[in-house]
Amino acid sequence: MKYQSQKVAYAYFLVAMGLFGIQVLGGLLAGWIYISPNTLSELLPFNIIRMIHTNALIVWLLLGFFGAAYFLVPEEAEREIWSVKLAYLQLIILVVGTLGAVGGYLVGIHGGREFLEQPLWVKFGILVAAVIFLINISMTVLAGRKTAITGVLLTGLWLLSLLWIFAFINPDNLSLDKMYWWFVIHLWVEGTWELVMAAILAFLMLKLTGVDREVVEKWLYVIVATALFSGILGTGHHFYWIGLPGYWQWTGSIFSAFEVVPFFAMMSFAFIMVWKGRRNHPNKAALLWALGSAVVAFFGAGVWGFLHTFHGVNFYTHGTQITAAHGHLSFYGAYVAMNLAIITYAMPLLRGRAPYNQVLNMISFWLMTGGMAFMTFVLTFAGTIQTHMQRIVGDYYMDVQDQLGLFYVMRFGAGIAVVLGAILFIYSQVVVRREVIAPNTMPEPEGEAQ
Amino acid sequence: MSEILTKSRARNIFYGGSLFFIVVFIAMTIHSHRYVVNVSTAGMPLSEEVILGKHVWERHSCINCHTLHGEGAYFAPELGNVMTRWGVQDEPEVAYEVLDGWMNAQPSGIEGRRQMPHFEITEEEMRGLSEFLRWADQTDTQGWPPTDAG
Repeated sequence: MKYQSQKVAYAYFLVAMGLFGIQVLGGLLAGWIYISPNTLSELLPFNIIRMIHTNALIVWLLLGFFGAAYFLVPEEAEREIWSVKLAYLQLIILVVGTLGAVGGYLVGIHGGREFLEQPLWVKFGILVAAVIFLINISMTVLAGRKTAITGVLLTGLWLLSLLWIFAFINPDNLSLDKMYWWFVIHLWVEGTWELVMAAILAFLMLKLTGVDREVVEKWLYVIVATALFSGILGTGHHFYWIGLPGYWQWTGSIFSAFEVVPFFAMMSFAFIMVWKGRRNHPNKAALLWALGSAVVAFFGAGVWGFLHTFHGVNFYTHGTQITAAHGHLSFYGAYVAMNLAIITYAMPLLRGRAPYNQVLNMISFWLMTGGMAFMTFVLTFAGTIQTHMQRIVGDYYMDVQDQLGLFYVMRFGAGIAVVLGAILFIYSQVVVRREVIAPNTMPEPEGEAQ
Repeated sequence: MSEILTKSRARNIFYGGSLFFIVVFIAMTIHSHRYVVNVSTAGMPLSEEVILGKHVWERHSCINCHTLHGEGAYFAPELGNVMTRWGVQDEPEVAYEVLDGWMNAQPSGIEGRRQMPHFEITEEEMRGLSEFLRWADQTDTQGWPPTDAG
């Protein structure tokens, strides 16, 4: 850790990991209800559990991004953070808002737009926190060295905060409501968040492989250009069947087909950098997570997205378990794994020790990634059957669901692996103990390995 | 490639190109907004009742079990065409009665069956919800869903 104020990231990562735990436990419970539907049905209905599952995910990913920014911006800008106090104030606002939201959900206080169920005061809290964050980070960057990594990161974070405005706009007309809702949802995960992800990946590649900054940053611009060129008009693939004009079918199909490009580019970039790089960085687990994230994002967001993005296919698969399969693997690969990569990289530096618990961390990677992959496969099979029975034959929804029981059992099994992996990850990061298996390579001298 | 595509050129392409696509997207959005208001949802007035129904729909977070026009959770049936499925799309009074009867029969309590919670909903709200679902059903969704099963 070169700058004292980077320590702020430590608090963000701890809270993020706590919410990560809540998120996967909520998911496991929801998966169990698919198998045993009477569980908690009167006390804690499925819709509440799902809200906690999805909201905890979104908030912890954002906290991870904020933490990542507070960690990497001082190193890039070669400055201490403009205001450490504001950074902690921002975290407190977000924690209070999150606890307030979850508490409210449990007693039935919530909105009803998917993923944006937070009560109005929590939405304002998020807005205030975002403004504090943007001022803080922008002041740091403006006062110091400006790099492509901070430029892209800030562009992504400014735009995603700006898009949050649409969380407050809820037209009475359902089709308009849906259209503007996607301004937050799609333009976050298939637009601005990709900028944040690519910037974090570029930072990690710079540190872990030692490849020349000029090369890394040129790649970064190419990646984010393909992300926005495909992703902005690719929003059209959500506009097929919600009451919008028919031209979105062609616009959405063509542009969203190219959304696979930035993910392929990120995967290629990561492997080429590791191949070209001469640095033998001791934090092998961080490298595993960074490469793993790029690969799983390519499959989850890229391939599984492509699978049902053409309007002729989507006409039949829209809103089935195919969507659920894609949603799970894309979020895991692109955003969960990239967050865990930067956490894995930063934690030893934040705690002032050599990389630790690398073996446990790497086991957690394979448990979680294997679990998510298996979950995606079984949901894809379930979705294929559902698509055929419900959308072609015309069988009723619940009759079809009754035929999918086996897949939901397997999905629950996969969920157990993911939860065990998540717990192991948190344990390996938070609880300090001796390395299980000592590495046989000598760590590099201080300074070069940062 | 490295001589032609310098870092500053890549940066300019990124910022310039993104701005171009944002402008195109905004123009298409404005057109779509008008299309929704004047064409695709114009078959039935957006009455106070429909708006009340939308608030009822949101207050109870129906979207986190059901889908509406294919969006939402995948735990319970599609509701964008439920009135067509029930065969009551053109009969508001019958639509209300069927919906009211269904909602009041929940939760079924049947072992091994997915449970819909019981919601405290007044008659006025229930009528609103029914109108909201009829309003959603009449929206021109480009022929989706492929079957009445939703």
